[in-house]
Amino acid sequence: MSNIRKAFENGKAFIAFITCGDPDLDTTAAAVKAAVENGADLIELGIPFSDPTAEGPVIQGANLRALNGGITTDKIFAFVKELRRDVKAPMVFMTYANVVFSYGAEKFISTCKDIEIDGLILPDLPFEEKEEFQPLCKQYGVDLVSLIAPTSENRIAMIAKESEGFLYIVSSLGVTGTRSEIKTDLVSIVKVVRENTNVPCAIGFGISTPEQAKKMADISDGAIVGSAIIKLLEKHGKDAPKYIGEYVKSMKDAIR
Amino acid sequence: MTNPNGRFGIHGGQYIPETLMNAVIELEEAYNHYKNDSEFNRELTELFNEYAGRPSRLYYAEKMTKDLGGAKIYLKREDLNHTGAHKINNVLGQALLAKKMGKTRLIAETGAGQHGVATATAAALLGMECVVFMGEEDTIRQALNVYRMRLLGAEVIPVKTGTATLKDAVSEAMREWTSRIADTHYCLGSVMGPHPFPTIVRDFQAVISKEIKEQILQKEGRLPDAVIACVGGGSNAIGSFYHFIEDKGVRLIGCEAAGRGIDTFETAATINTGRVGIFHGMKSYFCQDKYGQIAPVYSISAGLDYPGVGPEHAHLHDIGRAEYVPVTDDEAVNAFEYLAKTEGIIPAIESAHAVAHAVKIAPTMDKDKIIVITISGRGDKDCAAIARYRGEDIHE
Repeated sequence: MSNIRKAFENGKAFIAFITCGDPDLDTTAAAVKAAVENGADLIELGIPFSDPTAEGPVIQGANLRALNGGITTDKIFAFVKELRRDVKAPMVFMTYANVVFSYGAEKFISTCKDIEIDGLILPDLPFEEKEEFQPLCKQYGVDLVSLIAPTSENRIAMIAKESEGFLYIVSSLGVTGTRSEIKTDLVSIVKVVRENTNVPCAIGFGISTPEQAKKMADISDGAIVGSAIIKLLEKHGKDAPKYIGEYVKSMKDAIR
Repeated sequence: MTNPNGRFGIHGGQYIPETLMNAVIELEEAYNHYKNDSEFNRELTELFNEYAGRPSRLYYAEKMTKDLGGAKIYLKREDLNHTGAHKINNVLGQALLAKKMGKTRLIAETGAGQHGVATATAAALLGMECVVFMGEEDTIRQALNVYRMRLLGAEVIPVKTGTATLKDAVSEAMREWTSRIADTHYCLGSVMGPHPFPTIVRDFQAVISKEIKEQILQKEGRLPDAVIACVGGGSNAIGSFYHFIEDKGVRLIGCEAAGRGIDTFETAATINTGRVGIFHGMKSYFCQDKYGQIAPVYSISAGLDYPGVGPEHAHLHDIGRAEYVPVTDDEAVNAFEYLAKTEGIIPAIESAHAVAHAVKIAPTMDKDKIIVITISGRGDKDCAAIARYRGEDIHE
């Protein structure tokens, strides 16, 4: 069974996104630990990409800060290996297809297995292109997480049927970033998902407040938060982990 | 050339967020319907001929031919099109298609500003809203084109992210498209991005080689020995090559922008210096570091200043059907001035890259050989920048 499943065994899951190396890897380690200690069930570790086309300004900024700080895929692999001594919660990588492809897909995915990364989220790898990495992910037991968008409509069933790990439901049109209101008919999307798979589903994009998180988690199996956490890193830098801990606690308490 | 999944050999594909998948599927279905629709084709031909001024001339450059003393040189004058470049061919096709699909708003990226101006023009003509994304760096290099777009009723959004050039404008246009799909068509300006764009843009630009073939047969009674065009994303080049791909006797030569040289980091010669990757919706060649981070690229030409190349070019390179050669800033500027003085034609600095290569190879070829150079655009927009390159500061 997928290790990611464990993230959904403590009631509704709270999923936290943190960009590796923003502003440095020591801070990333402290932020991950603070998030997990305060109730985060799954950690999405971002591997920065120079041109993150699915991200809004906040996460673009984190990518840039990390890359300017000299972060590389190899440094992140070594970092996660070390981090795994202390952090047992499920962790996945979120990055872009070229980061995996360019490293050598087999080398990248087999390393994920070695350092106990449970899954891979690639926002620029839709259903039609997943053959690019799916066979290797299967071979090495790394879940390739699929995304469903507000525009997916007739594609939801097809994607859900072949999903693994968890399903990432994108709450709104556009790129990542906090939003005051989420208008998509997510109840109907989740209904189609449930009819087609037992894989848990969580909702992300635009969630920042405990109220929003509760609303999203009530509909689905969990809430994913990225930009709101990155904003804390942007604001507090190396001091961000304690604020992240407090924030994660408030979010997890709201959805429990 | 395209297989059903939008692949050219290993290149192409649809590496885009799920949010855009139904939009590109809808576009593909609409395109497959309208490309065989006689009414659509009649309207497009009328726009090409009556509005854009097609067919464009195939001009025998007699002075240049004599001066170089080798192959006979013809210039395909895409610079004479309405709005001053080949970009209008693709834009009229896509705008008409978008209108048939019920879209009311066009968004576009632009580098030198030629595609932005063409899109703003088509939007004005067809009564559509238009928003153009342009790297902030390019809005400075090409201030006149920014004004032209605004004059045509478009909104120009300067993109400040990344290197603030063409690649960032593409990223920002893609982000905008994911946030507003229902009424908006992304009018991509080159043979790049996710399927079906590389095929659609190629088909609309293929009018260039269709005309070259008819015109050269009429003038010379035979096919040319070489067709030369500049390559950034590669739309004028694929348009110039397309109807000759099966004619194996015709050399197809794409000229990449080498910037300060392919042995420097200040280059945009993707096929010469890049390697296979996945970016902006496609698998193709990209300038990138060993970790797949897209490299900042450089060229004097804003229109060729892009770290990737269209997937069909990547494939033509792989199978050896087309050659891709680097041309430096210096060589391009010399060719820019050469064509102005020799033929009284000021080419776009992009097109000057193709002229520069012809200047190199024509003297090595026999006098009974024929070269066609595509002059993809006119050079008025570049005059201030070239003056600066030569150390002269003129006001635009």
